[in-house]
Amino acid sequence: MKRNITKNEFNLFFNLLNIHYDIFAPVRKKGQGAFSDTDIIYYEKVVTFDEIEWAEKSTYSPKDIVFPVSQTIINFIEDRLFIPNMKSSKPIYILMRPCDINGIKRIDEIFLNNGPSEDFYYKRIREKISFALIECIDGFENCFCVSMNANKNSDWDFAISLDKYRPFISIEIKNAKIENIFHSMVTDASNIAAPEVANKNFEICFPEKNLKKVMLPNINEMPASIYSDSEFWDEYKNRCIACGRCNTTCVTCSCFSTNDIRYDDSQNVGERQRVWASCHISKFSMMAGGHEMRKDNASRMRFKTFHKIYDYKKRFGEEKGHMCVGCGRCDDNCPEYISFSMIINKLSARISADINEGKK
Amino acid sequence: MSLDINRKIIQKNAYRITKKRNKTAIRIRVPGGHLETKYFPIIAQIADQFGNGSVHITTRQGFEIPDIDYKYIPEINKLLSTLIVGLECSIGVSINNPEEGYPAAGTRNISACIGNRVCPFANFDTTSLALRMEKEVYPNNFHIKIAITGCPNDCIKAHLQDFGIIGMTEPQYIYDKCIGCEACINACKKFVTGALTLHNHKVKKDHRRCIGCGECILKCPTSAWIRSNKTFFRLIILGRTGKKNPRLAATFLNWATEEVVIQVIKNIYALIDKEIDKSLPKEHLGYIIDRVGFNLFKNSVLQNICLNEEIKIAQNLFFIGYQYEKDIFMEV
Ligand code: SF4
Ligand code: SF4
Ligand code: SF4
Ligand code: SF4
Ligand code: SF4
Repeated sequence: MKRNITKNEFNLFFNLLNIHYDIFAPVRKKGQGAFSDTDIIYYEKVVTFDEIEWAEKSTYSPKDIVFPVSQTIINFIEDRLFIPNMKSSKPIYILMRPCDINGIKRIDEIFLNNGPSEDFYYKRIREKISFALIECIDGFENCFCVSMNANKNSDWDFAISLDKYRPFISIEIKNAKIENIFHSMVTDASNIAAPEVANKNFEICFPEKNLKKVMLPNINEMPASIYSDSEFWDEYKNRCIACGRCNTTCVTCSCFSTNDIRYDDSQNVGERQRVWASCHISKFSMMAGGHEMRKDNASRMRFKTFHKIYDYKKRFGEEKGHMCVGCGRCDDNCPEYISFSMIINKLSARISADINEGKK
Repeated sequence: MSLDINRKIIQKNAYRITKKRNKTAIRIRVPGGHLETKYFPIIAQIADQFGNGSVHITTRQGFEIPDIDYKYIPEINKLLSTLIVGLECSIGVSINNPEEGYPAAGTRNISACIGNRVCPFANFDTTSLALRMEKEVYPNNFHIKIAITGCPNDCIKAHLQDFGIIGMTEPQYIYDKCIGCEACINACKKFVTGALTLHNHKVKKDHRRCIGCGECILKCPTSAWIRSNKTFFRLIILGRTGKKNPRLAATFLNWATEEVVIQVIKNIYALIDKEIDKSLPKEHLGYIIDRVGFNLFKNSVLQNICLNEEIKIAQNLFFIGYQYEKDIFMEV
């Protein structure tokens, strides 16, 4: 079903949806940017049209809805363990741009198909989540989703476009339940678009090209020499300051640590928390005894690069794509102006030069 | 023909007596130290036509145009009216006749670091505050120096002013967003006051140690630290250079709001009027307060002010100035 609706209709529809679902969407947070008088955009529960940031890509990805930054996974009292209940029992809709929908599907593999068992905590919330699409056509400065083949997606139940027949909102609904909710809206004629506008046909579009383009190395031709090529990676030893923003804003970074916490006054009561951890942040690969696998920032960068555009595909197969979906947040947020898309391109150039010279 | 000049009047008009006989220099105010380039041609014209074609950039972020014959003062004042209207009257400073030049020079140009229009550390827009403040203190003949700085790095050297205004934020911690990476803790420890510690894999803040610099917010990769809705200020007072007893300013108010800071500074003028040593050509505020005492100062400036709830007020001031001889302040 396709329809062009007014903002009033949108709000009525969302009111009804909210009875059955928690709806998450990007929200602009005034003054919450790191620099004073700047904003950030992150995902929160929404009810109305105006709460949602439609124009800009979110600073942080929606992944924290399914994989919280910090989450209590076990409460303990002495030798008794409790698994905390979920905060809300309602099913969830997340409004996302195509890269982010694909991003969530990438971390599905990590939590659900990587290893002998599914991740309990991820699964129990993921099962409640359905996708809604925010149409994205032009993308933004650092996007390279087209190169990553993550620019399109059809796994959504409804899609919203603001670009078709402004000031009307174009909505396409593919799911029968949502369509029923939409049709159950009761409103008077003054609130809705005239039939000739409401029924104008449209197509939901996807970005067909980005301002940035990356060349991906062929995963079957990755020369071993590149892992230890210090000339290639050493640049990042000093340029990268290991702040971790490229990881925390990334929609597909999915590493975590677990911490045990004992409440101060009663050492036998506490909780186990699972918190984001990431390859660029200090202590990430630290083991008991203090040994770190990758201490310097150059090898962290190498590790991330291969994880994003090599290891993942190698492990999960061609059809799953690379881990990186080209959302560009790593480039948006690096305080040192390190461009990850540039690293991918440099890597490809370096590898094809090797291949041309017949090196392996 | 010998000149007959009323030095007092000339100086109030922002001209000064210079080393060169018969030559003066004009000081141009640039509140907040940020100037649109459209004013440059006027400054250049005055320097080219009446001075020696050069301009001195003052430490107070104004311009001083030297080597001017006294007789050109009226003409220069006419040219200055564009600057006075554009930079002073337009922000609400009450100046009766802008064609007659600056009406006072005692309260100096309010200087400000570049602030959050450019600097990532700044906790607020310093220039805007300077513009709001200018009309509260100028024109006035009492010699007062005010400087505004975006964060405790104090790039404008607010510590050397009668009133130094330092921008602060009160970082708000979102427990569930913290990954315990310790970036904030290390930054606060290395660059600031060590107000943060790791506790149960999360962060604890000792509010008494926190100086509201915002470094922790800048370092956090998950936005677990965010800025407070309100901007706060630390008002440091009675810093000075000068021959007798140079010293860094000391904290008078901590976590004050803009309204409180402006009111306090406005209130100082009545106290100066009452207590200044009229036998001297001028007396700096610091020496007046040294004489009358901190308690009198505190009671006068805080009079009729509605204080914000977060504010902390100094019980006493501790200055670390220096003395040339240890008994220099002993009387016979
Ligand atoms: S990467 Fe950019 S252009 Fe592509 S879907 Fe995401 S936001 Fe849109
Ligand atoms: S690596 Fe960068 S571009 Fe790729 S998914 Fe992560 S943040 Fe987006
Ligand atoms: S955001 Fe930039 S500086 Fe920070 S860890 Fe990533 S690459 Fe390094
Ligand atoms: S604002 Fe500054 S002093 Fe306060 S906790 Fe943060 S870094 Fe430390
Ligand atoms: S920088 Fe942020 S995430 Fe890291 S310990 Fe501090 S508050 Fe937590």
